[in-house]
Amino acid sequence: MRRRDGNPARTAWLVVAGLVVFMLALAGCGGGSDDTTGGSSDEALQKVGKGEGEVSLVSWAGYVEPEWSKPFEQKTGCKVNNKEAGTSDEMVELMKTGQYDGVSASGNATARLVAAGLVAPVNTDLVPNYETVFADLKDQPYNTFEGVNYGIPHGRGANLLMWNGNDVSPAPNSWNVTLDPKVAAKYKGKISQYDDPMSIAEAAVYLKTHEPDLGIENPYELNDDQFNAAVGLLEEQQPLVGEYWSEAAKQISAYAGGDITVGTTWQYQYFALKEEGVPVKASPASQGFLPKEGATGWSDTWMIAKDAKHPNCMYEWMNWIIEPKINAEVAEWFGEAPAQELACKETANKNFCAEYHAEEPQFWERVYYWETPLADCGNGEEDCKDYNDWVKAWTTIKG
Amino acid sequence: MASEAVAERRSVSHRLSDLFHGRERLQVGALLAGPVGWLVIGYLGSLALLLVAAFWSVDPLSGSTIKEFTLENFEALVNEPVYRDIAWRTVRTALLVTITDAVIAFPIAFYMAKVASRRGKALLVIGILLPLWSSYLVKVYAWRTLLSANGAINWALDPIGLHGPGYGTTAVWLVMSYLWLPYMILPIYAGLERIPNSLISASEDLGASPFTTFRRVILPLSFPAVVAGSIFTFSLTLGDYITPRLVSNDQFIGNVIFNNIANNQPFAAALALIPIVVMIAYLLVARRLGAFEHV
Repeated sequence: MRRRDGNPARTAWLVVAGLVVFMLALAGCGGGSDDTTGGSSDEALQKVGKGEGEVSLVSWAGYVEPEWSKPFEQKTGCKVNNKEAGTSDEMVELMKTGQYDGVSASGNATARLVAAGLVAPVNTDLVPNYETVFADLKDQPYNTFEGVNYGIPHGRGANLLMWNGNDVSPAPNSWNVTLDPKVAAKYKGKISQYDDPMSIAEAAVYLKTHEPDLGIENPYELNDDQFNAAVGLLEEQQPLVGEYWSEAAKQISAYAGGDITVGTTWQYQYFALKEEGVPVKASPASQGFLPKEGATGWSDTWMIAKDAKHPNCMYEWMNWIIEPKINAEVAEWFGEAPAQELACKETANKNFCAEYHAEEPQFWERVYYWETPLADCGNGEEDCKDYNDWVKAWTTIKG
Repeated sequence: MASEAVAERRSVSHRLSDLFHGRERLQVGALLAGPVGWLVIGYLGSLALLLVAAFWSVDPLSGSTIKEFTLENFEALVNEPVYRDIAWRTVRTALLVTITDAVIAFPIAFYMAKVASRRGKALLVIGILLPLWSSYLVKVYAWRTLLSANGAINWALDPIGLHGPGYGTTAVWLVMSYLWLPYMILPIYAGLERIPNSLISASEDLGASPFTTFRRVILPLSFPAVVAGSIFTFSLTLGDYITPRLVSNDQFIGNVIFNNIANNQPFAAALALIPIVVMIAYLLVARRLGAFEHV
């Protein structure tokens, strides 16, 4: 080898140079753009036929559990393959692989999934249980696009403020324990923040109450000033954050291990930690489970992939998950308000729907469901920050 | 009939062997066609495609790529200080982990190669290879549990009034150094094995002190092996993003790539160029230092 020293290096450089030329050529003459603009040309299914024997789902942790997926398998013969995702970005990414039939998408993913042509319209006539879904969940901007239904509502809830009762008292009733630098400093290194650009909306909800001069209406439609204020708040929060969490399991272990005492969470972690005997607390039912500013939240929608390999089984699943008994079971297991009106009669805890305000539309006005931020805020001008700006700002905030 | 068919077949194989006889280039070409084809098309080809995407942009709503030449991704990389910080943090950690592993690995490898009995050597090799059998994730999660506020490290240090490092930059350095240590020990061990004991005896016979023998004989001869091992530790640290995510809030290059890949693949591709450039530079330096001389 040493005899021919010099030659291998020259060859390597030639290969690298060749690759660079090839790359530039490809990049230059790529031309045009992907023609994936909406799925309006796709027809929704017209008739649910015989099941294909299996169905592949992308879901939030706690949405597809054996307690109700096994009976589904027995009833329909559709074997459930479930893949849990921790963030909406992950869901969009997974759906791009084309391996999945459906997804439980939150509002910050639905518009992207539709725009990217990854999901197909849903023929709600084929989902008998859809009729009795709460009216204020139907035909919403996050599940209906240009008058076409793109999914079946699953349930909704607010992102909670959770704290360890041993370390935090008196019980906080405002997000200032995590977002006001002066108050939050008390819990330096013990604060848990969701590792997702949607946290910027959480800061915007806080600012909406505490800095009315900014004029924030919708925390997902932020102009430069509003956006910078929210980002600035989170940059001040950054040195105080003990952990940014993106998987439910990671946050559970952090609370259980004593690394975290206060932060944003979902019902799923709250109940899991209670079960482990960790003395966690969240805003009580008397406050509507919400800190006084309100909260970001989610309203999730089951969507069907555009080229689903098992469309019949997927329709069976979408109908199954809002079956009154099943929807009640899911909602109680996860701790969210059911989408199905009749589910309120099936819950084990007869007070469940009242506690979760499932039947009170006015309650949900204080919950800001996740949305995809767009440049166009509906005022005809492109002066809002779009989702790419949010993602980049989130990288900068974490530093 | 049957013997005719055999003759026919034999003549085909004969003709084939005639074809290859004496034609060295054809022999080598036929032998390498498969692997080289895979390398060029499957590996370099997909790499090239990834890098091409760095010059494209993305439709903000749908996340679908707009295939028109633009430098905006690179402008963002250069203009936003946060990406410089992240790149430097990643490279700095990779260097720190490499140095740590080299310092820990050398004595172990030396003991294995020159001091230990045959039996002890076998036991040590097994001991070093054993952790590689368990999943990477299990090991990182184990460290996450060890390092947590109520974890074993704090529990052990508490009686003497000390605290563990907790989650953070130190934790990343610790976990990565643990994870990649075997990849440093094994090349150094192989390098030291190749140094004949007679050289060490000769050095002693000529009156050199053990330290001089180490400095003038053993270290220069084994240095290429250390550099070879450092390529593993350095590149593995450079590309990791799960460890930083599980035991710290630090963002590494890989984390930012991961965060952008769902929504902005072109930008993620541009970010992916950073480790590639760093690695090319590192390999060029490693070549200067003779890491590839005896391989």
